[in-house]
Amino acid sequence: MNMNRRAFLKATGTGLMASAFPISLVKLAFGGQDPSQDFTFGYISDAHIQQIKGTQFVRNWDMGLIRAVQEANLLTPRPDFFMFGGDLAQLGKKEELDHGLEIMSNLRGKVRYVIGEHDYYLDLGKYWQDKISPLYYSFDHKGVHFVVLNSILTYDKWTHETWPSPMDRMLAMARLDNPKGSPFMVGDQQIAWLKKDLAKINQDTPVVVFSHSPIQKIFKPWNFWTQDAEKVQALLKPFEKATVIYGHVHQVQYNQIGNITFHAVMATAWPWPYPETYSQLTSCLPKITVPMNRADPFFERDATGWQFVDMKSGKPAVHYQLPDNPNRTVIFDTVTGKPKDVKYQDYNRRIPPQTHF
Amino acid sequence: MGKNKCLLSACLAGLLGLGFLVFSLSSQADDFTENDLKRWNQEFMSVVMKGEKLFHSADLGTNKVSCDQCHPNAANTHPETYPKFQQQLGRVITLSDMVNWCIQNPLEGEPLPLDDARMTALLSYITFERRGVSLAPGKH
Repeated sequence: MNMNRRAFLKATGTGLMASAFPISLVKLAFGGQDPSQDFTFGYISDAHIQQIKGTQFVRNWDMGLIRAVQEANLLTPRPDFFMFGGDLAQLGKKEELDHGLEIMSNLRGKVRYVIGEHDYYLDLGKYWQDKISPLYYSFDHKGVHFVVLNSILTYDKWTHETWPSPMDRMLAMARLDNPKGSPFMVGDQQIAWLKKDLAKINQDTPVVVFSHSPIQKIFKPWNFWTQDAEKVQALLKPFEKATVIYGHVHQVQYNQIGNITFHAVMATAWPWPYPETYSQLTSCLPKITVPMNRADPFFERDATGWQFVDMKSGKPAVHYQLPDNPNRTVIFDTVTGKPKDVKYQDYNRRIPPQTHF
Repeated sequence: MGKNKCLLSACLAGLLGLGFLVFSLSSQADDFTENDLKRWNQEFMSVVMKGEKLFHSADLGTNKVSCDQCHPNAANTHPETYPKFQQQLGRVITLSDMVNWCIQNPLEGEPLPLDDARMTALLSYITFERRGVSLAPGKH
């Protein structure tokens, strides 16, 4: 399909609409016991809309979100809903959130929001709650229980007693490699809420948790990490089909811990290096992850993207939509009980751009 | 004859003296102390720190984007692989060329002169964050 897409692009040179065109040809192989209950949802994340001044915003990041929205609008059959995975803004400013919402308003379909640290640490989520979404909540859709967490909280002392101004706090958290940063956490209050929320759900009900940070521990210095991840994992343990989908990392990641499957989503703004490429420290990228291709900086949308998620078995299959790269699909392999890339999982099928150093 | 002999002796003595002078000068240059090492390292690290600050600032471009937004801890800059063939440009380039490419494109700024102290600082920070990694010029 990708060769066709490239050939089509070359032949027409019509850009964005042409590049998204083949998505409308995707037919999802629904095959559950009750096909009428099968559905997909779209997932767009990490737009990092950044104000320069006044009505000027960083063109590159704007274009990422605009492109994702336009491509997602061509998806057929239509997803039942969309998720936005957090970091709509770069520095949590009203102007950035408003501009991001304006772009998102072109998306056809219902959108629900997960908050990221870039949306939160200026006003601690006030504007977000007023205009966009609660910080954490749950909902049910066609037999699946969905939970949205605010996983980017941290120690009260860091949040309330460390910084001379809200913008200093925001800038400190916005710097990914900040040695004065602080680890993300869900916090006991929200964990108590989650316990109560899940108590009323049957254990054979598929549960999907959306968070901004990984609810697993990969690399603390960049907050590819949630400090109290184990507490959330423990609450998900009784469920036969539990999945966590997270943003923040701007890259393909997937993992399996016990019964819980993890998938990361792409950013529309820019890619981040895999932590193992920082040669001074060790990190724990899940071994089963086949990395995305190394980014080509000369094509500014490379190694960014968005995804749609097929829920036919109650275990999500994530379809990564990757500009200028072959699209990727990571399904849940019922034989091994782990997620796998349908094309590249076998080590012998990997390609040179998937080697990061 | 006797005069000539005298002249030769004087010349030899002169050469010998010069030799001693050169020897003593060079041994002075080689003879550095722990304090020297400390000071030289401090000089280097102060430039690394300047580079670290620049790398995380909005001062290099015009759109408030900073290098670390894509390169936390200068990761994915691969300084050990330069000079290398940059296939998108069709020629072999140095790390400075690539730094300027980033300043001009994602940061929408003006390229730095190659002898600009800011360029030296950026290269110092980028390579310091990659210390210990073997040189691999040309690697992709």
